[in-house]
Amino acid sequence: MKCRKCGGVAVINMRHHRLALCADHFVDWFISYTQRAIEKYRMFGDDDQLLVAVSGGKDSLALWDVLSQLGYRADGLYIGLGIGGDDGYSAASQFKAEAFAEARGLTLHVVDVRQTYGESIPELALTTRRRRKPCALCGLVKRHIMNRLAYEGGYDAIATGHNLDDEAAVLMQNTLRWQTGYLARQAPVLPSVGQRSLTEPRLARKVKPFVRLYERETAAYAIVRGIDYIYDECPHAVGSKTIFYKNLLNQLESRSPGAKLSFYLSFLKVKREGLLSVREKALELHDCQNCGQPTTAPELCAFCRLWQRMDSG
Amino acid sequence: MVKMLFRDTEWEVQAGMTVRDAILKVGLDPQAVLPVRDGKLINEATILRQGDVIRLVAVISGG
Repeated sequence: MKCRKCGGVAVINMRHHRLALCADHFVDWFISYTQRAIEKYRMFGDDDQLLVAVSGGKDSLALWDVLSQLGYRADGLYIGLGIGGDDGYSAASQFKAEAFAEARGLTLHVVDVRQTYGESIPELALTTRRRRKPCALCGLVKRHIMNRLAYEGGYDAIATGHNLDDEAAVLMQNTLRWQTGYLARQAPVLPSVGQRSLTEPRLARKVKPFVRLYERETAAYAIVRGIDYIYDECPHAVGSKTIFYKNLLNQLESRSPGAKLSFYLSFLKVKREGLLSVREKALELHDCQNCGQPTTAPELCAFCRLWQRMDSG
Repeated sequence: MVKMLFRDTEWEVQAGMTVRDAILKVGLDPQAVLPVRDGKLINEATILRQGDVIRLVAVISGG
């Protein structure tokens, strides 16, 4: 199989684009495709300061690599969740993120949940009253820390490595249950919320520059670029619903190349056309009495309530 | 023979078939793995050679 651009040996065949490319032309195509998504969805501009949420996995490190190559001002944020103990999953992924940053001279902020708040995510999951699944707590804690760091550091947007497969899997889950509220909010850009002033958003804008790229392509990019990422899956993600839906969508993709892309892009199109308009109640936001982040709750936000329950036993 | 490695599992397949056919033969989804030979990504139409060792990198992640 030959590269369509130069006739050299192709390293990847993207059947949904009917495009086979060699390593060099794939890297060029991938970077340019990301830039086109940034522009199409007006994610951010040349002068914006970005905070990239880095997990040590292929998507986030590939994203940081691409944004840096495109010349954007992008710092990283690694959140140490404490999964797997001192030499387990979190420790290994932190090592990958730090090595990546150091090799490229990039700035990486590290927030260790246990050191900062007193409990790791698995410990927190065990000690909360309802013994919640770590994944639910993980999302809540990560969102809070990302917003805090973005706000304190004056970042214009938080960039995450969500790819097309991530978005299509969430879309499928929400569609099967017609969760119209979630469907209305799913988008390549989540605007900032609760602005104190035009230049100081309290909840930062969140952007997903890889939203049109298949997970297979982000993994291929990481391999071709020689990015040393953590191959292991988070132990809590094994058997997750997201992975189940991704496998289902891949079966569909095998029979019908382009099915995932079409599913997601068609969804964005019908949303733009107003076919999914949902009458949402206007959210009344307050400042959390403890941390100051906007919340719909009258006193403490969900994050602060979580730690308050811990303190009160 | 050709060795195929995926996480902790190892298979042997015949040389002469394509990578895509070999992935299907060992029961994996070609959409969900990427084949790497000698540290380099190879395309799915590549014909496997005697003695090749192919590492299959999992593509899917997420909780």
